[in-house]
Order: sequence, then C-alpha cells, then structure tokens
Amino acid sequence: MLLIQCPYCGLRPELEFAYAGQAHVARPADPSTTSPEQWAEFLYLRNNTRGIHAERWRHVRGCARFFNALRDTTTDHFLATYRAGEPMPAIQAVQQP
Amino acid sequence: MVDTAIRRTVGLPAAAWLEVVPSATRFILRGAAGARAAAGEGFGISFPETACRAATDGDRSALWLGPDEQLLLAPDGQVERIEASLAHALQGHAYSLVDVSHRQVGLSVHGPHAEPLLESQCPLPLNLRDFPVGMCTRTVFGKAEIVLWRPAEQLFRLEVWRSFSLYVVQLLHEVAREL
Repeated sequence: MLLIQCPYCGLRPELEFAYAGQAHVARPADPSTTSPEQWAEFLYLRNNTRGIHAERWRHVRGCARFFNALRDTTTDHFLATYRAGEPMPAIQAVQQP
Repeated sequence: MVDTAIRRTVGLPAAAWLEVVPSATRFILRGAAGARAAAGEGFGISFPETACRAATDGDRSALWLGPDEQLLLAPDGQVERIEASLAHALQGHAYSLVDVSHRQVGLSVHGPHAEPLLESQCPLPLNLRDFPVGMCTRTVFGKAEIVLWRPAEQLFRLEVWRSFSLYVVQLLHEVAREL
C-alpha cells in the first residue's frame, strides 16, 4: 500500500487520505476589480501537470487536517509533504533522496 | 436497537475477547494550544502534546485526534459537571466543546489475539513498535471509521460511530472465526 507522510501524524496508509485539488490557488485579492475571465480562471482552470504537481491532501480518517504535497503525477511518488501555510519546498532539494 | 443487537452478539461464550464498554461521557474539544492548556486544568489532565498519544488520569482520559482536536472520555453522567468546569477554565479562549456521548459506542478487544484480529481490517501496523501502549488515532476498520486506542499491551479500545457499530462487531466475529 502507498504510504503518505502526514505532517502531523507521520507515515500513514493511503486509505486514510483524500485528494483535495491543486494547491496554492490564490483567491483574487480585490473581487470588485476582478474580471469575469479572472474569476473563471480562479474557479475552474487548473494545471494538468505531467511531472511534479503541488496539491492539497486531507488526512480525513486520521487527524483530519489539510496539508500540501508535491507529487510526481507520472510515478505517483510523493516527493514532499508540508503543512498548509508553509512555503513550497525547493524541488531540487527534495528530488535527491 | 443496535445496542441490543451488539449485546446479543457479544454475549456469546466465544466472544469473551470482545466487550461493549459501559456508557461514557464523551466530548470533542477543539481549540489552539492556549485553550488546550487551560482546558487541561479544567478537566484535570494535562493534554497530550505529542501526536497520536492519550493521557489518562484515574477514570478520565484525553485522546489526541488532531493538532487542535481532543476526545475527552469520562464515566457516564458527568456531562453537566465537565461542561461547567471546562467553560469556567476556558473563559477568554476561542474553543468548541461538543457532547458526543451518544454518538459513538465503545468496544474493547483484549487478549493475545487482539493485535492480529484488528490488523486484519485496519491498515495500520499494530505491533508494539509502531503502535505502542498509549497510542491512539482515528483510522479505518474495514469500511468504518474508528478511533483506536491501546491502553495496555493486549487491550485495544475502539470508539465506533453508533450506526457503524453492528458492522464492526460482526466483522470482528467474522475474522475471529478464521483466526
């Protein structure tokens, strides 16, 4: 079974987790000046990355916290996980192990 | 109805390893570190700061469920008393305290086969190195979500949501037949 490193609980089986979409999608800061196209992009348009993808996960059947992960979409290999609010780790630094 | 069905199942002689824990007072407490420290004084236990650990003092226990979430267990009939003492201790803090006494059913699984029995349907490794005495966590058992706690080496306590309890009990019996 695939094991995922929860930033709070440690290594846990994939069964306990839920995927929650792309990470670091920022809501427009000033809605009154945001054009409909920009709203549509914020609401609906997501990357379809082949390779390393930053995404949100939730340890829904464990500590129930959301966190962010860097995952390679071609190999399903988790390169890093980090708490929500923390900056994305440099990818070179996590590719080495 | 579920309770009666469980008691009937558990009452079988072959089921001496499985017991329904007597009714208890249960709370879910959510709050940041400051509120947690204050609540610990009100509840009479210093809450565990380590992930996935439980703290017990006498007949009261606090189980770490998440970085800002604790499950509080106490004997039956103490809802008002605990609510009052925590509300007093938590004055000035932002917190949420929810009475979940009747939401879930407590089961205890004990004996030398407890570990393999639970491992059959639980994706976590339950050996003493990976799941030491005092560890507790929310996880899954079969298709049901449970809180699993190991108060002693050969004793596990399961907290199961009421409507899943019959499923969990019958699944345990199913596995026990094959052990």
